[in-house]
Amino acid sequence: MTRILFVLNLIALSLALSAVPGFAQDARAEAAKKEGKVVWYTSLALPSAEKVAKLFEAAYPGIKVEVHRSGSQRILQQVMQELQANIKNVDVIHTSDAGHFVLLKEKKLLAKYTPAAVDGFPPGFKDKDGYYYGLRATVNVIAYNPKIVPAAEAPKTWKDLLDPKWKGKLVTAHPGYSGVIATHVLALVHLHGWDYWKQLAQNKLMLVQSAVDPAGVVASGERAVAVDGGDYYYYQMKKKGNPIETVYPKEGVPLVVSPTAIASFAPHPSAARLFTDFTFSRDVQQVLADSEGLYTGHPGVKYPADKPKMSELKLLTVDPEELEKRNEEIKARFVEFFGA
Amino acid sequence: MTRMVRSQGLTPRFWRFEAMDRSAPVWVLTAAALGLLILLPLGWLGFMSVSGEGGITLDHYARVFTDLRLQKALWNTVVLAFWSGLAALAIGLPMAWLSARTDLPCKRVIKSLVMASFVTPPFLGAFAWVMLAGPNAGYLNKLYRSLTGAEGALVNIFTMPGLVFVVALYTFPYVYIMIVNTLELIASDLEEAASILGANHLWVALGITLPMVLPAILSGFILAVLQALALFGSPAILALPAGFHTITTQIWALFQYPPRVEMAAAFSVPLLLATALLLLVQKRLLGRRGYAAVGGKGQARRPIPLGFWRYPALLGCLAVLACAVFLPYGILAKAGFSRAWAQPFTWDNFTLANWSFTFLYSSTQAAIVNTLELGILTACVGAGLATLLAYIINRKLIVGHQLLAFLVLAPVVIPGVVLAVALFIAYTRPPFLLYGTLWILFVAYLTKEMPVGYSQSDATFRGIQPELEEAGRILGAGRLRVLYEITAPLARSGIIATWCFIFIGVIRELSASIILFTPNTKVISVVIFDLKEEGQFGAIAVLGLFMLVMTFATVVLMQTLLGRDVLGSRQSGG
Repeated sequence: MTRILFVLNLIALSLALSAVPGFAQDARAEAAKKEGKVVWYTSLALPSAEKVAKLFEAAYPGIKVEVHRSGSQRILQQVMQELQANIKNVDVIHTSDAGHFVLLKEKKLLAKYTPAAVDGFPPGFKDKDGYYYGLRATVNVIAYNPKIVPAAEAPKTWKDLLDPKWKGKLVTAHPGYSGVIATHVLALVHLHGWDYWKQLAQNKLMLVQSAVDPAGVVASGERAVAVDGGDYYYYQMKKKGNPIETVYPKEGVPLVVSPTAIASFAPHPSAARLFTDFTFSRDVQQVLADSEGLYTGHPGVKYPADKPKMSELKLLTVDPEELEKRNEEIKARFVEFFGA
Repeated sequence: MTRMVRSQGLTPRFWRFEAMDRSAPVWVLTAAALGLLILLPLGWLGFMSVSGEGGITLDHYARVFTDLRLQKALWNTVVLAFWSGLAALAIGLPMAWLSARTDLPCKRVIKSLVMASFVTPPFLGAFAWVMLAGPNAGYLNKLYRSLTGAEGALVNIFTMPGLVFVVALYTFPYVYIMIVNTLELIASDLEEAASILGANHLWVALGITLPMVLPAILSGFILAVLQALALFGSPAILALPAGFHTITTQIWALFQYPPRVEMAAAFSVPLLLATALLLLVQKRLLGRRGYAAVGGKGQARRPIPLGFWRYPALLGCLAVLACAVFLPYGILAKAGFSRAWAQPFTWDNFTLANWSFTFLYSSTQAAIVNTLELGILTACVGAGLATLLAYIINRKLIVGHQLLAFLVLAPVVIPGVVLAVALFIAYTRPPFLLYGTLWILFVAYLTKEMPVGYSQSDATFRGIQPELEEAGRILGAGRLRVLYEITAPLARSGIIATWCFIFIGVIRELSASIILFTPNTKVISVVIFDLKEEGQFGAIAVLGLFMLVMTFATVVLMQTLLGRDVLGSRQSGG
């Protein structure tokens, strides 16, 4: 059923896109078609990434999107290792660790490119030098399984998670893998200090890697409560009928804006620009908001009613430069407290 | 055959000179290829582990042995390997004795199932056991709670004992095979004599049989320990969530950005030395096999009647195999067809979406192609190279063939992760820039599978007497022609078996691939690991089942082509 809906969605969208004059048929599209494909290293959850790729392929037949989905930190590792071996493979880099883009820009590995639709985006979604732009945003939340934890007893704040009654019942994702989590860890260090994490570790958390994985762990009942993770994936899982409830702690929720940029050495530069424009178009941004439960910087996007608006949330933001500088510290201390 | 018959001076020395003349380049090149394959990366590994900014340094080693976390990983590995070895022994030894010596029913079925657990990728087993015995959502634990009304968990797989259990499930076949092979070689005269003198069966087993197979037991134990030391997937899946590392996962972690390759190299060397030492001990044990009873094929022996214990024993064997095969495969199948793996398998929960999602994902498609390409290529080249090497070594064709025999078996002591670190260092710089291509994976797999392929080919050539070859030579054919026209056809089934073993080994390889892959050169195991990190259980189950189908298709193909049971023919594993 969802599959049929998806296909219909896809057809509708591609019709909508081809109706925009000059959008699909411009010379750039021709150049991109000659290149044949675009290689996308992305940390967007695999089903969402695949959906965006399929939408692009439907809108621009003949240009394939090669999705390589992994954690933010793994993507950076791949890009760097490939570069060291002089391999030029990636076109578009998209991770949830804004610090990566500070680093990549510094190393002159990014091409300057401003996507067509980003004028109206809020400042937090734009690099001041014009190298990278926030494709999507999510906030870190607490999530619990209502079959195990009644709503009244669910943790309401980040500090509630330190209660020893949660010992052995919590799960966390890993900042050494996920940019969403690296951002989250730093934001909570600002809020409550490293002591928060040290104390939290006393509750013997289960460690998973990706920021989308805690959703599965909580849904299956393996752990009752997730102490972090992007709210968009919890939203998707809940929509699919999994027992998941999210809590937006009132101390504030760490905002993670995930930038995207084109590699300076991109082997398919035209396709990369076309794809980047496509992902920032209102239609795709709307898809990200609708079915994927993400926030975006696009002012024209409407959000589902069953999710809090970004403006209603108290957002905790992290400076990308600081995230870059403290990347190693974040990973090292997390491992020190949690063991692996 | 029409050439002139050489009649004069057929001294062995002249023969050898003659051989040098025509075919020597082939032998020398083969030997050189092997040397390059193994020595170059290991040389780089050693060099990297002591290279610092200001020249040679022991800093990396100093850090490895003072860093508390690395020491803990080291200790965890020791604990894991020792207990897994012991557990594998505890499972494998009684089962081997039951299969080889008693009237246990359904022996063939048991053997086939042990074979199944032998070829099951351990990381897949570990993943399945997450679903079976996760402390809260695990299927068995839920069953236990609903049956007993208890609050806690029967088994928590995310612990060291849990890890040991899962590792042992997939390493006990090494012990089993080793002991079954030995038991079948030992004449049972002594055992029968003891029976006649009035000893009961237990007493015979413990007092006579056990001491005779002791070397095989120890050697099986060491093989199991070696396996456990080298595993990457199982600890990554079961130990990391619990917050502890083993050497292999730690080495992998050292590769993450910013990579500390020197540290990884320095940390690899102790693991390499440990495995080398263990193998040395094993060789000593087997070499000292002075028991007169071992070596000759015994006469037909009467199986020991188990009497009342026949069915309980069968049940015990099946229980082990349920843990290793039935339960994991069952839960994988369930997850593959479910929307939510932890929910009951109802019509609402049934879906085929996992299958379409998995196979439509572009990374998966590319990975399947890559895996097949690599599997076939490595199996062909590997079987060819192993056959040539076994031939050279068996027929003593070049000077230094003993050294060659050592080199070809050397990769047994190189854990996949260590090999990968070495290859990464060796092939990301001139003159060999292989990183980022399938070739680096090919080299890794070829090296890793060489000992298995060689052992298999070696056994084949030992069984082929040189008389026919000599006849061909006397009639004037060159070495290469003899090899091609006489020896190869005789060795055919051996070569096919080698091919299949290498193919199966390659398609399940994870520990080297996880360090050497790039997004363009992913293989199925790496995609499974990627999906694991994202928690996409359905897709993992689908790919896992796909991998199992490929493996079993190969096994069936091999059994059909060869018309025999292949389990007993494998000597040692890599």
